[in-house]
Amino acid sequence: MARRVVITGMGIWSCLGTNLETVCESLYKGKSGIIYDPVRKEMGFRSALTAKVEMPNLKGLVPRNQRVYMAEEAQYAYMSTLEALKNAKLDQDYLDNNVVGLLFGNDSTADAVVKSVDKMREYKDTAMCGSGAIFQSMNSTVTMNLACLFKLRGINLTVSGACASGSHAIGLGSILIRDGFEDMIVCGGAQEVNPFSIGSFDGISAFSTREDAPEKASRPFDRDRDGLVPGGGAATVILEEYEHAVKRGAPILAEICGYGFSGNGDHISTPNVAGPSRSLQLALEHAGMGIKDIGYINAHATSTHVGDTQEAKAIYGIFGDSGVPVTSTKGQTGHEMWMAGASEIVYSMLMMKNNFIAGNLNFENPDEDSAKLNIVAKTTEAHFDTFLSNSFGFGGTNSTLIVRNL
Amino acid sequence: MTKEEIIEKVNSVLAEEFEVEESVITPDAVIKNALELDSLSLVDLVALIDQEFGVKISNAELPTIKTFADLYTYIESHQA
Repeated sequence: MARRVVITGMGIWSCLGTNLETVCESLYKGKSGIIYDPVRKEMGFRSALTAKVEMPNLKGLVPRNQRVYMAEEAQYAYMSTLEALKNAKLDQDYLDNNVVGLLFGNDSTADAVVKSVDKMREYKDTAMCGSGAIFQSMNSTVTMNLACLFKLRGINLTVSGACASGSHAIGLGSILIRDGFEDMIVCGGAQEVNPFSIGSFDGISAFSTREDAPEKASRPFDRDRDGLVPGGGAATVILEEYEHAVKRGAPILAEICGYGFSGNGDHISTPNVAGPSRSLQLALEHAGMGIKDIGYINAHATSTHVGDTQEAKAIYGIFGDSGVPVTSTKGQTGHEMWMAGASEIVYSMLMMKNNFIAGNLNFENPDEDSAKLNIVAKTTEAHFDTFLSNSFGFGGTNSTLIVRNL
Repeated sequence: MTKEEIIEKVNSVLAEEFEVEESVITPDAVIKNALELDSLSLVDLVALIDQEFGVKISNAELPTIKTFADLYTYIESHQA
């Protein structure tokens, strides 16, 4: 009999709050996490808009000599993982005595790299970079730190798949558990929020310049969208084999039923329709589900002209006039990039468990393609038992997850 | 800087960086033990002394600096 993969814990550290309860309330109320950051303007940004994410204070939680190895995003991930482990009823004693894996999506650690290079240039002496720089300056900073701090001894791997990183991490984790390689994996995604990490992204005019109204700037699927707003933080989900979870009396929250993926094999930044469509189809096939089985779609839609259009076409191409509710939570959070695939699973889970769909913030007027979808503009009380979550990234990497309530 | 000024500054910056009470920093205390340094964080000690005092401790000389008294003397004799 096939092994089933379930979610037994979640944690979140984002611009909508730094724990599950607060984030759930923010989602329900349609809170925006977007602000204007004057520092970015001074640095030469076209757009000074960003999500505002609280920096955790790890003093007292992590000793100084280990804390210096942690880049910004690793600190967010530590906090979301602490919450997820607690949520899953896992303590350090359990982690010390059982093999648990770790798969996190992360695709940059620019702030740490810039700061260490600045030191090399200033002092012309590599020792001045300090002991932590090398461990902060690698994309695997999140997994290398979490594995050592929580003493995790299973797979220890960072997934770098651009803005689909977090989603792929969860999808790959589910395959490793399904196929019997692991019984439990800490999965997630993390994203740094500092200006260095996205300055060059701003430079290609990808960001909204609606600076006079930060909370209105991220408007996925809306006719008048003018680009994305960068965000970040970290999200963690504990994946576990079903019987394993039952045996240890774990809270069994939901099941990962399907993971679809594809590559566009096309332009580096402009998405097409065929690639995402194949990802959606593969996820449905993998889950053994039809379109009527999906109760809600959490879209990737980042508030860019072409990206949202292509995704709307892909969703409509597969779901047609089924009327499945669709939203993008990025209207509230901005684009959480490497983290988004994981955080949007957490956001969708919170909605599913609490019987609502958070309105697609700033969706005021549809365009030709989004008009064909059932985009929920205002928060609605709604019960659904299965959702589908899309994540697409630069280079044409696509990931789709299907999750069912338990 | 006078020796007294060096001692005061060393104690203060090391206590802050390595998050220890200043009271553990005494002339005869062994630096590695008092500051809980391992082979990696020793690099941070060298970088901090360079940054704060403009004094570079070479890899060859580092093993000779065992106590805080050794460190005060080293900084005093290598000041620009």
